[in-house]
Amino acid sequence: MIGTKAARADDVWKVYGKGEAQVVALRGVSASFERGKFTAIMGPSGSGKSTLMHCLAGLDTVTRGTVHIGGTEVTGLGDKALTRLRRDRVGFIFQQFNLLPTLTAAENIRLPLDIAGRKPDPQWWDTVIGTVGLGDRLGHRPSQLSGGQQQRVACARALMSRPDVIFADEPTGNLDSKAGAEILAFLRSSVMEHGQTIVMVTHDPVAAGYTDRVVFLADGEIVAELDNPTPESVLEQMKAGEVLV
Amino acid sequence: MLRATLKSLLARKLRLVLSGLAVVLGVMFVAGAFVTTDTLGRTFDKLFTEGYATTDVAVKAKPKIDVSEMEGEQVETPLPAAVVQSVRQVPGVRQATGVVATDGARVIGSDGKVVTSYGPPRIGMNWVGTDDIMQMRQGRGPEKDTEIAVNEAVAKAAGIKVGDRVGVLTQLPKKTFTLVGVWGYTEGRDSIGGVQEVAFTEPVAQRSMLGETGVFTQITVRTDDGAKPSDVRDRIAAQVGGGYDVKTGEQLAADSSAEFKEALSFFNNILLGFAGVALFVGTFLILNTFSIIVAQRTRELALMRALGAGRRQVINSVLIEALVIGVIAAVLGLGAGVGVGALLVTLFGSMSGGLDPAPVGVPLAAILSSLIVGVVVTVVAAVLPALRASRISPIAAMQDVATPDRPLTRVTVTGAVIGAAGATMLGVGLYGTSSLWLILGGVLVTFIGVALLTPLISKPVVAGLGRLFSWSVPGRLGRLNSGRNPRRTAITAAALMVGIALVTGVTVVMDSAKSSLAAQAESTVKAEIVIGGDQNGPRPPTFDDAVLAQAGAVPGVRAAAGVWNDQAVVDGKRTYVNATDDLAELADAYGSPALPALKSDQMAVSTQEAAENGWGTGDAVKVQLPRGEEHTYSIVATYDEDAIPGSYMLPAAATKEFGITQPFLGFVRLADGATMAGVLPQIKALVADSPEVAATDRSSYIDQQAGTFDTVITMVQVLLGLAILIAVLGVVNTLALSVLERTRELGLLRAVGLGRAQTMRMVTVEAVVISVFGALLGVVVGAGLGAAVVQALESDGITDLVLPWTQMGLYLVLAALVGVLAAVLPSIKAARLNVLAAIAHD
Ligand SMILES: Nc1ncnc2c1ncn2[C@@H]1O[C@H](COP(=O)(O)OP(=O)(O)O)[C@@H](O)[C@H]1O
Ligand SMILES: [Mg+2]
Repeated sequence: MIGTKAARADDVWKVYGKGEAQVVALRGVSASFERGKFTAIMGPSGSGKSTLMHCLAGLDTVTRGTVHIGGTEVTGLGDKALTRLRRDRVGFIFQQFNLLPTLTAAENIRLPLDIAGRKPDPQWWDTVIGTVGLGDRLGHRPSQLSGGQQQRVACARALMSRPDVIFADEPTGNLDSKAGAEILAFLRSSVMEHGQTIVMVTHDPVAAGYTDRVVFLADGEIVAELDNPTPESVLEQMKAGEVLV
Repeated sequence: MLRATLKSLLARKLRLVLSGLAVVLGVMFVAGAFVTTDTLGRTFDKLFTEGYATTDVAVKAKPKIDVSEMEGEQVETPLPAAVVQSVRQVPGVRQATGVVATDGARVIGSDGKVVTSYGPPRIGMNWVGTDDIMQMRQGRGPEKDTEIAVNEAVAKAAGIKVGDRVGVLTQLPKKTFTLVGVWGYTEGRDSIGGVQEVAFTEPVAQRSMLGETGVFTQITVRTDDGAKPSDVRDRIAAQVGGGYDVKTGEQLAADSSAEFKEALSFFNNILLGFAGVALFVGTFLILNTFSIIVAQRTRELALMRALGAGRRQVINSVLIEALVIGVIAAVLGLGAGVGVGALLVTLFGSMSGGLDPAPVGVPLAAILSSLIVGVVVTVVAAVLPALRASRISPIAAMQDVATPDRPLTRVTVTGAVIGAAGATMLGVGLYGTSSLWLILGGVLVTFIGVALLTPLISKPVVAGLGRLFSWSVPGRLGRLNSGRNPRRTAITAAALMVGIALVTGVTVVMDSAKSSLAAQAESTVKAEIVIGGDQNGPRPPTFDDAVLAQAGAVPGVRAAAGVWNDQAVVDGKRTYVNATDDLAELADAYGSPALPALKSDQMAVSTQEAAENGWGTGDAVKVQLPRGEEHTYSIVATYDEDAIPGSYMLPAAATKEFGITQPFLGFVRLADGATMAGVLPQIKALVADSPEVAATDRSSYIDQQAGTFDTVITMVQVLLGLAILIAVLGVVNTLALSVLERTRELGLLRAVGLGRAQTMRMVTVEAVVISVFGALLGVVVGAGLGAAVVQALESDGITDLVLPWTQMGLYLVLAALVGVLAAVLPSIKAARLNVLAAIAHD
């Protein structure tokens, strides 16, 4: 049963601070993310999207509840095991500052594998590089790349180790719509063609339209879910949510 | 603006503490130097005032050879007993006592070893009873010629008590006396200022300290009540005539104290020299810190500019920050310096055995120099970064990108020009004018030049060094990081360079000198056995001249020759002279061409000295020895100074008029067929009574000659260790900042799976690369400087250039270790970084 899900949260609570300053970022969130699916997490600012993603990815500890990646319970793992988990089984794409400025694009892509001391599978390498379409830019440093190109390098890096799940926090947040569309199409195709699991935080209905399913968060709770979303249906749901609030 | 400055100051505590620490350490040395000299100065004032408290007027014969306290040992010219009588006739003189008191009475302790002294003299004197401040602790004064009394300091140091049989070395061979009394001084003191005193009966004191009876070293006069010492002094002076120095006790105290203070000022200069090095290195550190602070505050400063702050205000905001740090660091340094001063004074007191230091005081000079030095160094170091800050355009506030790396051309050209200027100064200083200031200035300017060239050098060298670590991902990342900011890497490394270059330079010079000396000894000394000791006081340890005759009589010994040494005035010039009992044998022992034996009115002169004075064989030269009248010697031979040390060689008869009438060096030649194992133990037995000297075989003697340099090298290494310590602070500082600056990057790395240990390794590699780079520069620059000095000293006998490869390698290894150490805290900080906080920010 667990094995069929790429990632799962069971009754996850996250409380920041103590006493007066206490903020409950997540209140008993339960959600699971199927293998080979592209899921969006949406919600108003401060609703707990990033917090949920960080808890799922083992970047942050939960106050209560459990999180699984593949068959592994993440909650309760030590730093060493968490590091290995992030390195081998999770991919990350952040909104910005995804790349090390000292390394070339190719070196950035290979970084997690290098850290693990593994060689990239040449066939997979060619496939990924081919689909991201960086070609002649591989030897360049991040400062010589455009924002869109940098995000594509980040995508390639996340894909290269074939992780159980890729977490992306507003990956197109800093890009213009054309570059954003390219990244989203690329993520979409890696789900379709290679069965990659992706969980993406976004507040953009258009971006959500690329996914298979949308989970709506409000005030730390899941308030709605939407399968096979389109930008229009997402927008409608968001409006409905606002009315609710 | 001021408030904003102070706020940003507080926000960067770590950096400020680290860079401030460099100033604190430097200022500490400056203040320490002043406090120490001031306190010791007052100590000596008090000491000599007390020492002469019971002397109203003193009469001494004018010395034949005038030697100041620190240049060597004053040889007292004895005054005849008749003078004491004539002084007694002078009106106003209540009491005139003939006193024998001169350095050189060495007591052999209960452990069979000579009681050592680290400065205060070991006085041998005649017993004239106790005075106002002396108190008999046990027994009585010596009455028979076989008895002595000593002060408590000697009794304690030697571990002897009344009734013991005690050996004493004087100008005469070791003699054994019965200890009949021990005295101390008022207020429970064992001695005045650690001086060791041995009192004999008058004739014994005269014979063993002055070599003849019926003479004294001085007359101590007590005046009648109501008579002014200065009046009595003048009357005595008129009575005894021009051959005598007559001074009041007050005068003598002031004179002695002044001489000691002069010696102290030398000590003061050494401390200030090291303070200078520390502050010079500290300047690099502060410069770096402020550059980084400015770089980090780019946005903030740009925002201020955008909000209407003028350039001057930006400059001031940086300089005020420097001023605040400078003042705080100077005050802390002053405090630490007072501590160091107190420590040094205490150390000095206990080392010299019984010096009772005056209470530690903080002279105004210490306060002023600390504040000025601390503030000036800090503010000067901050000027460049401040100017850079003022050039930040308001636009920078809106841009996220850091200012691109400026090209290094200007810095490099400036560095090349300054470096060349430094080298020129050094060249002129070494080969031209031989001015120490020019040499030191040259070294300093060269350092600045090299430091400016460092960013350019750093690129290839750091890349090359980094290759060593590239086999692992953390290693490669660390290497890339160390090459990221060539200026910062360069300044950090340059700070380390200074200390290591100085240590290396000194080691090169010392090792070269050592090797040259050893080579010289190796090629000249042919004698199989050498008798001598290490000189660690004003005079070299000597031994009974009878030993030479006895050694000559040992079966298996072909010949033995001794060498005496003292100061004399030769042809109107004060100089050191040697004497020998057998010049022919001595020439042979030194492997020099044959020389004749000297008759009592003949001397030999080195070829070099003869050439300088235009002398030749047959010429007559006037020589005034420490005692007796002037003599004329005729030159019968010349010798090469490189073969036989010393410029003048006098006959054995002359040693009767030496201040030091015993030989300090003896050469023993073996007869054909005799074995070292058979002879050496017998020679050793002959000098068993002179614990300060030893008989050794030739090779040990040569090693011993070279060994003296090791102490100097170690001392310099320890003192310059401080400069290196400050440089290490710089490495820590740079790394801590790198870690701080790269918070996001570190977060990213950790997010994509870099482990804690790997993160630490990455930071450590960066530190090691920077440190080793600095050490490499230091070793190269130091070896260059050292080689230049050695070249310049070639004519002074330093003919070998020795590069201490092992030491230099050791410095590199040490630098790597330093890098590892410096990385400990920053790397822990990096590893502990909260991944989320790092990636989530902003
Ligand atoms: N480190 C933190 N400390 C305290 N509160 C936090 C912290 N991180 C997030 N929060 C709070 O938790 C809530 C959810 O934050 P977040 O997950 O970042 O929201 P979103 O990503 O949906 O905008 C917010 O109210 C936020 O202020
Ligand atoms: Mg968020």
